[in-house]
Amino acid sequence: MTTFIGISLQAVLLTLLPPLLLGIINKTKAGFVGRRGPPVLQVYYDLLRLVKKNVVISSTTTWVFLAAPLVSVASVVLAGLMVPLGPTAAPIHFKGDLIMFAYLLALGRFFTTLAALDTGSSFEGMGAARELTFACFSEPALFLALLVLVKLSGALSLSAMLLPASHVRIGSTASAALVLIAVSLFVVLLAETSRIPVDDPNTHLELTMIHEVMVLDNSGPLLGAQIYASSVKLLILAAFLLHVVLPLKPALVGRDWGLMLVGLVAVAGIIGAVESLMARLQMRFVPTLLVAACLFSGFGFLLIL
Amino acid sequence: MNWMALVLVGVIAFAVSGPVGMLGRRGGNGWQWVSAVVAVGGGLCGLVGAFAVLLGSLSESLSFPAAAPAMTLDLRVGPLSAFFLIPIFAIGALSSIYGLGYWRQSRHPRTGRKLRFWYGLLIAGMAMLTLCENSIDFLVAWEMMALSTFFLIIIEDQKLAARQAAWVYLVATHLGTLLLVALFAILRVITGSFLFHPLPPGQVGMGLQTTIFLLATAGFGLKAGIVPLHFWLPEAHANAPSHVSATLSGVTLKMGIFGMLRVLTLLSARPPAWGFFLLTLGVVSAFMGVLWAIGQHDVKKMLAYHSVENIGIILMGLGLALLGEAEHQPIWIVLGMAGCLLHVWNHGLFKSLLFLSAGSVIHCTGTRDIDRLGGLAKSMKITAALFMLGSLAICGLPPLNGFISELFIYLGLFHTIARLPILSLAAAVLAMVGALAAACFTKAYGVAFLGTARNNVRRAHESGPTLWIPMCVLAAACVLIGVAPSLVLAPLMHATAAWSGQTLPALGSLVPFRTLSMLGVGLIAATGVGFLVQRYALRQARTGATWACGYIAPSKRMQYTASSLAQMLLTALGPLLHQRRREPRISGVLVGPSHFHTVVSDPVLKDAVEPIWRRLRSMLARGQGFQKGSIQNYIFYMLLILLALLAFTLPLAMLWKLLF
Repeated sequence: MTTFIGISLQAVLLTLLPPLLLGIINKTKAGFVGRRGPPVLQVYYDLLRLVKKNVVISSTTTWVFLAAPLVSVASVVLAGLMVPLGPTAAPIHFKGDLIMFAYLLALGRFFTTLAALDTGSSFEGMGAARELTFACFSEPALFLALLVLVKLSGALSLSAMLLPASHVRIGSTASAALVLIAVSLFVVLLAETSRIPVDDPNTHLELTMIHEVMVLDNSGPLLGAQIYASSVKLLILAAFLLHVVLPLKPALVGRDWGLMLVGLVAVAGIIGAVESLMARLQMRFVPTLLVAACLFSGFGFLLIL
Repeated sequence: MNWMALVLVGVIAFAVSGPVGMLGRRGGNGWQWVSAVVAVGGGLCGLVGAFAVLLGSLSESLSFPAAAPAMTLDLRVGPLSAFFLIPIFAIGALSSIYGLGYWRQSRHPRTGRKLRFWYGLLIAGMAMLTLCENSIDFLVAWEMMALSTFFLIIIEDQKLAARQAAWVYLVATHLGTLLLVALFAILRVITGSFLFHPLPPGQVGMGLQTTIFLLATAGFGLKAGIVPLHFWLPEAHANAPSHVSATLSGVTLKMGIFGMLRVLTLLSARPPAWGFFLLTLGVVSAFMGVLWAIGQHDVKKMLAYHSVENIGIILMGLGLALLGEAEHQPIWIVLGMAGCLLHVWNHGLFKSLLFLSAGSVIHCTGTRDIDRLGGLAKSMKITAALFMLGSLAICGLPPLNGFISELFIYLGLFHTIARLPILSLAAAVLAMVGALAAACFTKAYGVAFLGTARNNVRRAHESGPTLWIPMCVLAAACVLIGVAPSLVLAPLMHATAAWSGQTLPALGSLVPFRTLSMLGVGLIAATGVGFLVQRYALRQARTGATWACGYIAPSKRMQYTASSLAQMLLTALGPLLHQRRREPRISGVLVGPSHFHTVVSDPVLKDAVEPIWRRLRSMLARGQGFQKGSIQNYIFYMLLILLALLAFTLPLAMLWKLLF
């Protein structure tokens, strides 16, 4: 019964919670500059409005452009079903789901970048080139972090390896390794979800953007799907990070669900704070940042050898 | 039922398919159909035989004691050879159909019959190679394959690039054969027979076995295109006709892998160092292959470098399996070998698919340069969709076949973490290789098929059914293995068991096949339903011009090119690459027209092989005085050499008689 509740709770959270995180980030950012900012639920209103709107499709595009938002949402939700959002195992878990998870995110990225090239605009091509370049550096950082978790837990499934990751004794070598990969995962999260210092989701200058510029030609429900997909990605990567950081105990299910929810809000708040306090990096320094993330994971790996 | 006979019918059918086609007129198309029917019929026979052997895990031998003077023909078909026979026959038959439209006799009266002749011999040679149980036969089949490949690369001999590529290939392949001759000579001395007998355990020293292993790695590695022995590969595969490139990349390279597997079954030692060595070679090949691929703007050369990458992935699996044998870890053996073998099939399928669809593009547009193409997805819908499918498969994205074989290798590498964690770092490299491959294929598909047409391209149109039917078959196989991987479970287990010869844990207990199928079907179904809903919802969508920041007249020349798409990645990875850039120089107040172009050249060919080659040539040029070109001179040389040999051997023979 508890597993059933856990699974349904996860499914509901995975589908409904993501836009809230974007709302919290925006609220935090507004707070830092002394504004009231949009309501926390604004992203939900935006999505509803976008779904109702009509669409303009560029005459240059093919079916790839229309397929990209669908594949993005489908792949990221499927990947999300493999990450435990709370103290119970994820709805889908099997040996090797960690690889499926990473490759589903890559599938979404493949279609999004192709859709960007489909419009024939050089701005969108520029965004695609950046996204692809940065992915090449964030992917090894993610896998090195996964290796550390596999080594610590001896399991090959995200559910099995993330849940024990939370009861490593504080002060042990393993906990030091977890701190290192947590830093790395945070950088990967910022890069994958296109936040400052990698990308600026709020800029209106196409030349300087990555994700926003790739979806420049999307409108109405298509744009809504892309925004939703990237918010789901934010949620699952944040949950991933929290499992590495938070001291969850499987015995205290109620407490841990609360802890996870508070943690998700806190991650959104931290992202908002980072966005308010930092400037976006120059594009040519972003690979350096991601290589640093790889190094953090790599040293974490060395620690537990 | 004698399955071996069916396989041999297939071999013979391919060998005669070329000569049959020669019966017709030079300019007529009729006999090319007969030739293709013979080839396809042979391919089907061979496939039935090979599948029966593989699924039944059978082993059949056949021996012709006096096949030729001083030569016996010893053949055996077992699960491992049947596993390699299947892609040979399948892709051989499909490419023969493709050739009907791609290299029509009436359009290529001079080369059409020649091409089919050598193509048939290539397939027959490769199939024979997998059957041989005797090193002399093996070398004959090997040379049959190697030489017909040479004639296929040089088929368009009016082109300088093809002649140069074929020449480099010929030198490389003979270097490889030389090493193989040495390898088999050593085996002959040890075992006392030309037959492939496993070395008795504990009787042959480690040094000698390692020598054999290294000779096999270098000799077969030259054929497989392992970095740094890949230098001949990109140009050769780029300059052959596309269906030949498909066969060369998809199947012929794997003969190098087959040779390595075959020789490894003969050796008794399994030091961990061999596995480490192969795994390292695999990691380097995979990484450098994909890196060089990103810099290419010629679609076929790019695909050829991806073959280097995929051979690297195959080698990672093989290295892992060898380490598993050294460390007595059956799980590593199963996952490594299953990954290696399945990737052999998968790469054969998706790389052939990609080469054939690239060929379809070349057939219709007349260019291989990605930067001159664009917007083809609108005029070539089928080709575009199939190229997309091949790209998804080669990038290892779910739910296609490439993901399954890479998953095996990933899982194997993750399993090493408890015992030899350093090996598992290869998984991180494989992840980066995957991301780089995705970048490369986004570039190729995005620039060639999406956007709008660039310049100087003939009006593109869809190719005929002889081109797209074989491609659809390959694509269907890619999807099938991707969503129903349990279909390949039995073939993989039988071939793996035949290779390692020990009882191994079942692959089905290590990989959740059912879940993978369910997720694959679920993903396809969700996207499909979503697509239908979307079509209904967007029925009133308006179309407009692409948003260009308020600029109302965007032109086709404003699109991102392959060079610019790859530029950021190449700059970030600059130190690893040998890159030449031609950048715009801005001078004066009014900037004139400018040009940006990058060329990534192959350091092994440009900085190592070519200088050595030049030095060798200048050394050998001193002997050129003997080459007068008149036949009398050469006969005179022969006479001199015979006399010299007599003078050398006669005293020896007399000495022999005196002594005994």
